[in-house]
Amino acid sequence: MSAKTADKIATGVIVFITGLIALALIGLLGYILFRGLGHISWHFLTSPPETIRKGGGIGPQLFNSLFLLVLTMVITVPLGIGAGIYMSEYAKAGKITSAIRLVVEVLSSFPSIIVGLFGLLVIVNKFNLGFSLLSGALALTIFNLPLMVRITEQGLRSVPVQQKEASLALGISKWKTIRSVQLPIALPIVLSGSILAAGRIFGEAAALLFTAGMSSPRLDFSDWNPLHSDSPLNPMRPAETLAVHIWKVNSEGLAPDATQIAAGASAVLIITVLLFNLGARALGRYMHNKFTASK
Amino acid sequence: MGEIALSAKKLNVYYGEKHAVHDVSLDFAEKEVTALIGPSGCGKSTFLRSLNRMNDLIPSCKVTGEILIDDRNINGTDTDVVALRKKIGMVWQRPNPFHKSIYENIAFGPRYHGIKNKKQLDEIVEQSLRKAAIWEETKDRLHKSALALSGGQQQRLCIARTVAVKPDVILMDEPASALDPISTSKIEELISELKQDYSIVIVTHNMHQAARVSEKTAFFLNGHVVEYDKTETIFTNPTHQRTNDYITGRFG
Ligand SMILES: Nc1ncnc2c1ncn2[C@@H]1O[C@H](COP(=O)(O)OP(=O)(O)OP(=O)(O)O)[C@@H](O)[C@H]1O
Ligand SMILES: [Mg+2]
Repeated sequence: MSAKTADKIATGVIVFITGLIALALIGLLGYILFRGLGHISWHFLTSPPETIRKGGGIGPQLFNSLFLLVLTMVITVPLGIGAGIYMSEYAKAGKITSAIRLVVEVLSSFPSIIVGLFGLLVIVNKFNLGFSLLSGALALTIFNLPLMVRITEQGLRSVPVQQKEASLALGISKWKTIRSVQLPIALPIVLSGSILAAGRIFGEAAALLFTAGMSSPRLDFSDWNPLHSDSPLNPMRPAETLAVHIWKVNSEGLAPDATQIAAGASAVLIITVLLFNLGARALGRYMHNKFTASK
Repeated sequence: MGEIALSAKKLNVYYGEKHAVHDVSLDFAEKEVTALIGPSGCGKSTFLRSLNRMNDLIPSCKVTGEILIDDRNINGTDTDVVALRKKIGMVWQRPNPFHKSIYENIAFGPRYHGIKNKKQLDEIVEQSLRKAAIWEETKDRLHKSALALSGGQQQRLCIARTVAVKPDVILMDEPASALDPISTSKIEELISELKQDYSIVIVTHNMHQAARVSEKTAFFLNGHVVEYDKTETIFTNPTHQRTNDYITGRFG
């Protein structure tokens, strides 16, 4: 067999596998959207769910998912980037550093139901935060933080050392160099890490069952004071997210249109993730171009 | 000969067990160009990087001995390395402009060192680019990415960036060896210009370049300085046989 034929065969196989993956993805997306899109309406997106009657919506759950996303990212991103910077730029190679790295690796592959149970025992009960958005955000932080740390570290390591040297040689401090020279170059990588983390937040159900809870109190969408108990912004209230709602409706929903609700909610979940993805990428591209003056 | 800008006294550099620079003592005169020549791997870059403490970044690297500026040793743990590096700038073999606009590449240093006034910064940017003979080529695209410049232009931009923070000494590690002949001669002209204001230490593999641009030349071999003298003397009438062998191309 000549090198050319071998090359052709290999290319064919790779194209075939890639096509297969793309097809599976398109099929899956198409199926979910096909089943769910018909059920989506303004009413469905904004009204609260019904227990036994027809016509319930997913308004509070959608809001909860978005709010939980923001809350978790507000905790995870600064911590994760900070720790990533430490690991890549400050930690000296040695036993302690490799121990930290090992813990980070193990933590990021923890089964989420275990994280949920841990959250129930420690965050909800021990620290007495109850079933709340904050408990949920903290539980999600436990397994998103390692991801953020690792990605930030990788991002910074991928920056050519000549960039760092050039800045230091101008008499610029290490911290300023990290902030203004290294991080902007690492930004696209850090950002795709954040998007991955965010996707996990949207999709996560198991870790939230025991932490953010499975119920959503009546919310008063005209009261935006985070200290009021029925304000949507109160982080101490229980909050069922969209993914948890899908699971609940599917497994124990009593409403006659439970199947459609689950299908509609799934479609909404997927569309939200896609929109978030595109939005974050556009923002990232904008920021990267701004910092690096590239077009 | 003028004042001494910088001097090394019995400088030794180790990478772990490897002894890369042996007992090097050299004085660099103010507003002169000193060339460091020698075969590959003899420790020229290592020595040069020690002068602005760039080797601090390499964990295995240890530097002993003294580096003196104004009779103060800057090779101690109590030296403010950040302030020191403002005084001793550096230019590398491969141009390494920041992933920023041309303007930001130049303004970044001065702004950090306290110049916030926009007009003043504009002025520094223009002056520095002019000094590095690249103003004409860049004045219409100051806010475009520096990465879109050619290699030779990038290198002159890097020199302009260094000049913008007004160092006393500029270290150059083979600044023209990745460039075409035209860019190379531009850089050489530039060096001759710059030495009116700065003390320059330049590593080069190009004998003609050393002969053209420098006042003094140090010949390195296996981490030792074999000979250090006026460039003219080194190239016409060296004391040591090995120097003669090297500059006539018999080895290295
Ligand atoms: N980071 C490092 N770690 C370990 N050894 C190093 C390191 N950098 C350089 N060396 C070694 O130190 C010696 C001197 O290297 P150096 O780069 O200073 O040589 P040079 O004279 O600049 O060579 P060239 O002309 O090829 O640039 C070499 O033997 C090299 O292998
Ligand atoms: Mg070298």
